[in-house]
Amino acid sequence: MKTEVKRAMWPWVASAGFALLIVWSYQGTQVDLAGLLGGEGRRQIATYVAKLFPPDLSAKTLRDAALGAVETFAISFVGSVLAVVIALPLAVLTTRSLLYRGILYEGRRLGPVSKGSRIGVYVIAKAVLNVLRTIPEIVWALIFVLLVGLGPFPGVLALGFHTGGVLGKLFGEVLDDVNPRPIETLHSAGAGRLAILFYGILPQAAPQCLSYALYRWEVNIRAAAVMGFVGAGGLGQRIYIAISLFLDNQLLTLILAIYVMVTVVDVLSAYLRRRFL
Amino acid sequence: MSDSTRSFPSAGSVGRFVPRSYFGVTFALLFLLTLGGSLRVAQVDPRLLFERESLANLARFVGGMFPPELSWSFLSLMARPVLETIQISVTGTLVAVLIGLPLGLLATGSLTWSGILHEQRPAAGRWLLGFVPYALARALLSVFRSIPEFVWAFMFVRAVGLGPFPGVLAIGVAYGGMLGKVYSEILEGVNSQPLEALHASGAGKLGIALYGLLPQALPNVISYTLYRWECAIRASAILGFVGAGGLGQQVELSMRMFQFNEVVTILGLLFLLVAGVDFVSGRIRARVVR
Repeated sequence: MKTEVKRAMWPWVASAGFALLIVWSYQGTQVDLAGLLGGEGRRQIATYVAKLFPPDLSAKTLRDAALGAVETFAISFVGSVLAVVIALPLAVLTTRSLLYRGILYEGRRLGPVSKGSRIGVYVIAKAVLNVLRTIPEIVWALIFVLLVGLGPFPGVLALGFHTGGVLGKLFGEVLDDVNPRPIETLHSAGAGRLAILFYGILPQAAPQCLSYALYRWEVNIRAAAVMGFVGAGGLGQRIYIAISLFLDNQLLTLILAIYVMVTVVDVLSAYLRRRFL
Repeated sequence: MSDSTRSFPSAGSVGRFVPRSYFGVTFALLFLLTLGGSLRVAQVDPRLLFERESLANLARFVGGMFPPELSWSFLSLMARPVLETIQISVTGTLVAVLIGLPLGLLATGSLTWSGILHEQRPAAGRWLLGFVPYALARALLSVFRSIPEFVWAFMFVRAVGLGPFPGVLAIGVAYGGMLGKVYSEILEGVNSQPLEALHASGAGKLGIALYGLLPQALPNVISYTLYRWECAIRASAILGFVGAGGLGQQVELSMRMFQFNEVVTILGLLFLLVAGVDFVSGRIRARVVR
């Protein structure tokens, strides 16, 4: 009876909680939607949008935008590849079914030292992934600009490290969730752990992992477009300058370049996903 | 058996040595070419990481992180930005729903111009009042979500000044574009049988939407909106880099002043914040979609 009541109540409790959260947030952020959409605000927005047009299509700006777009693409691409390279080994180290539990260890008792060190490996790999993931790309970018100087390279490292953490967590979940039957078969046929990883686990996990990697590439092309805000190359640097110096028509050209780049990567990624899965 | 295979090499055994399609090879080649080109364009040079100057900077950075700044005065100074980050994410998501819901409804083909609801409408009306708004809404949503929230934030800082307000607008517009797209996909994907039944029994458009569409779509809509809120808390934490309030502003300040011990503390706070929102949102999502 009591749980029944609780179950019936929770949508109301949750809704009331969210209503309070929204009111508190709305007031705290000093949002003035009425003012923004009222006569004065609307006029200002219209003026600003009008000032963006027409896009600056002079040869110099176009060349600059194209260079920036190619650089942004390169940053997102290498960054995503680096992320997979970082994520895979860490994900394997966080796969408990390979390290100390599950069917591989049913017949075999690990000694306390051995088991302890395996759990240690697991915990450390998890912690590394957490740190990589918690630090946002843009903060990684600042750190790497500090270490290796300005340019697209720190942008690549930033995307690789942050996305490596994200993908490592996702890959780990995929590896832990694979069907245990093939693993069992390989195990009973006397295969070692490396063989089980390569023939039993990775083939099952590969499509899902690939799909995650492609999805993160779509996220990364957007992130790569703003790395330049902290000096890490790509379109962001040019956008930062255009906004700071009120070069409104150039800004529109660069935004169009982002739009094209993002759309290209979205289409490519969707195509590859269809092709592979 | 074995005789026949020997004298008539089957297509299968030959096929094993000839690639079934050239897709795999082409893909591998293109991948390597793109990677090679990108490595050059992005000026990737791992040696830079191990130069004496980089290592010295790294040592300075790591050394400066410890011990993390945990003094009471600093932590109480951070309370306001932490709360502001939550507020920006909530209000930003609210604005995103306000933008995404109407545009998402317009961008749903089955609601505006195609499918059983519109079978009896004259073609001209369907085209002008149905397809045109549908296409416009799709285009607008695509522009909204393709421009990163960072760029939106910087433009809004220019338009409405520093503070949390431009952050709210940036998240609202960028996430509104994503929400609208996903809402329309959810609505397109609902089972059409209840809609047909309602339609056949003479229900009006509003009736069909309220009793046929909404009950089917609501759990997924709520779940996806909550998921976006999880993303918004991360976004609102970094939009401060361009002056749009929240924790990001503090990270940037401490970074620029080389106060790495403060950076560590703020990142720790960010971790707790994100984990907390993930927990709350995840619990609710698990209950909504059963």
